[in-house]
Amino acid sequence: MHIVVCIKQVPDSAQIRVHPVTNTIMRQGVPAIINPFDVFAIEEALRLKDRLGGRVTVLTMGPPQAEDALRKAIAYGADDVILLTDRAFAGADTLATSFALAQTIRKIGEEHPVDLVFTGKQTIDGDTAQVGPGIAKRLGLQLLTYVSAIDALDLEERSITVQRRSEGGVQVIRTCLPALITMLEGSNQIRFAGMDDMFRSARLTVPQWNKDRAGIEDVSKIGLKGSPTVVSKIFTPKPRAVKAQRIGADLDASGTANAILDVLSSQHPRLAQELGLITH
Amino acid sequence: MSENTAAPVKPKGKKRLELDPRLAAYKGIWVFVEMERGQVHQVSWELLGEGRKLADILNVELGAVILGGSSDELSAAARSAFTYGADVAYIVADPILTDYRNEPYTKAMTDLVNRYQPEILLLGATTLGRDLAGSVATTLLTGLTADCTELAIDPDNRGLLATRPTFGGSLLCTIQTLNYRPQMATIRPRVMAMPDAVPERSGRVISENLQMQEDDIIAKVLEFIPDEAQEQAQLAYADIIVAGGRGMGKTENFRLIWDLAAVLGAEVGGSRPVTHAGWLPADRQIGQSGKTVRPKLYIAAGISGAIQHRVGMEASDVIIAINNDPNAPIFDFATYGIVGDAVQILPVLTDALRSRLAVNRRAG
Ligand SMILES: Cc1cc2nc3c(=O)[nH]c(=O)nc-3n(C[C@H](O)[C@H](O)[C@H](O)COP(=O)(O)OP(=O)(O)OC[C@H]3O[C@@H](n4cnc5c(N)ncnc54)[C@H](O)[C@@H]3O)c2cc1C
Ligand SMILES: Cc1cc2nc3c(=O)[nH]c(=O)nc-3n(C[C@H](O)[C@H](O)[C@H](O)COP(=O)(O)OP(=O)(O)OC[C@H]3O[C@@H](n4cnc5c(N)ncnc54)[C@H](O)[C@@H]3O)c2cc1C
Repeated sequence: MHIVVCIKQVPDSAQIRVHPVTNTIMRQGVPAIINPFDVFAIEEALRLKDRLGGRVTVLTMGPPQAEDALRKAIAYGADDVILLTDRAFAGADTLATSFALAQTIRKIGEEHPVDLVFTGKQTIDGDTAQVGPGIAKRLGLQLLTYVSAIDALDLEERSITVQRRSEGGVQVIRTCLPALITMLEGSNQIRFAGMDDMFRSARLTVPQWNKDRAGIEDVSKIGLKGSPTVVSKIFTPKPRAVKAQRIGADLDASGTANAILDVLSSQHPRLAQELGLITH
Repeated sequence: MSENTAAPVKPKGKKRLELDPRLAAYKGIWVFVEMERGQVHQVSWELLGEGRKLADILNVELGAVILGGSSDELSAAARSAFTYGADVAYIVADPILTDYRNEPYTKAMTDLVNRYQPEILLLGATTLGRDLAGSVATTLLTGLTADCTELAIDPDNRGLLATRPTFGGSLLCTIQTLNYRPQMATIRPRVMAMPDAVPERSGRVISENLQMQEDDIIAKVLEFIPDEAQEQAQLAYADIIVAGGRGMGKTENFRLIWDLAAVLGAEVGGSRPVTHAGWLPADRQIGQSGKTVRPKLYIAAGISGAIQHRVGMEASDVIIAINNDPNAPIFDFATYGIVGDAVQILPVLTDALRSRLAVNRRAG
């Protein structure tokens, strides 16, 4: 069985600070990490491999620095990695991103046919959750989003049964390979990197593919040109004109509590009535 | 993609792209009415309310797309859709569409779009809506803007201006889909206001068949396990929310939040540090990477009001903030501010409230 896992390198949001005055993000010195949602995809792929054998290839599209994310994937136990990197990909929206990734997966499959593709649920930066469905549609894969557990995978029958989160419940769904799974967070816990894999990771020269290597000829489908969406404006949200009305400035706790309840009762009678604060 | 820039900023002064005549034929605004298990998700009505405004600006019809297994349920949903502003309901009823499955829903939606050619297509940013939107946009090869917080029309070219927070939420960006149709966007539940129903409004129904047989579809739903109601926090649609932040100090102090919520009949929420620390379960996080809420009353205790929290709750009708720092940013946008120690004030407030409710109950 051959599994391809797509991961994205993103800035670590837990370490991002917002400038208190300008309200802009301070990116300097913020470390890049594997998109946290993608780590669940990596682990699930490795578990399937542990159980059923086969190989796991981890793929990312990004700038040359994104090779750090792939090195990490090798340390976790991935067999192969590919860094898809080319200036021609810059400025891609999700449609252009899914085209480039799908084309690369097709190319990977020419050597080792691909049975399953994993992605994360969404990224923490672009945060669209659109790339997974996009790849699936482009490759004609069965799409399984928000998967929390893989109940069964039968390589003879080429069938797969999963639990996926849907509105108001969990759907148990059965379909055929090849399929694309977007993995829900919290569904597993990433393993510790093994010694051997850490050495392998340290020694590895990360293979880089450009658009030609990925078999992409039509440059009108990638990068800026291949992106139907255009950012036309970036701006700061306008501040509210009125500030909060101060309640209980010179009262004790009990006085303050009663003051706020009085204000609700007098200024927001409908709300106060629903709360049961006033009776008519 | 590199440098995490979004799609590129349109160069200033560049000649405005003329819409391909083939695309100029696309007219009208559509909202996908999300039905699961016979229930319409409220986000669909919120989007019809918003879609109505856009349709009036463009002077076009507002369509509601309703897919499902039972024609009775679909007709009922269509009648509701009219009362919330739809002019036309596009209905595909087929037993194949009883449970949501990506393949037949994508097929039904893309066939409708190709046939009737709407210029704008809006979907709720729910699990179902995101699954479907991503598939439909890729199949149609058009642009899709995720999780918008604001929609408007560009007066110059009738295009959709879809605004969403950028990474970290401190900036907003407006995204346009220029030479592609339809222009697609997803919007989270509770971002748009619920419109008032106009009971006497009605509209046309257009029914289409699903061009698919059950045998064509590989995926089969084996089972649906509904959530146990009490397990899933019903935050997004709560009328009253009591939320705690890092300023609550420690996990034990959250009892004070729960106590007040119990007396108010409120849901409990929190900021990200609080869910990260495990003081509250993750599904109670409010904000950009949590839930968007719009309650009638939001009480924020020990929350600073960072922009990522603010975007998830600032549409609340009344916001009461309790914070011991008079300069906390939350006082810039709360309705009422109490400067003080939340750990001290909350139990007193709970008691004061409890005794007033008791008095009123005796009186009433
Ligand atoms: C602030 C901001 C807003 C944006 N808004 C939009 C928008 O509304 N519409 C739009 O079309 N584009 C948008 N973009 C562009 C979009 O972020 C990029 O196209 C990006 O390359 C992929 O989208 P995503 O990060 O949202 O990924 P998602 O669709 O959220 O990612 C889902 C999964 O796909 C896989 N994946 C995603 N990217 C890669 C990659 N480069 N390499 C390998 N695997 C990957 C990962 O497994 C990931 O978990 C926006 C970008 C930014 C920074
Ligand atoms: C990409 C990204 C996504 C994010 N998503 C979210 C999100 O969805 N939701 C979210 O909430 N945050 C989110 N954040 C984090 C956000 O930037 C803030 O860090 C967070 O909202 C702060 O939470 P807080 O207000 O509880 O804590 P703090 O900012 O630490 O504020 C604590 C407040 O409590 C006050 N305080 C202290 N003691 C007391 C007391 N005894 N009584 C009363 N007040 C007291 C302090 O004055 C202070 O104002 C995100 C950040 C990033 C970068």
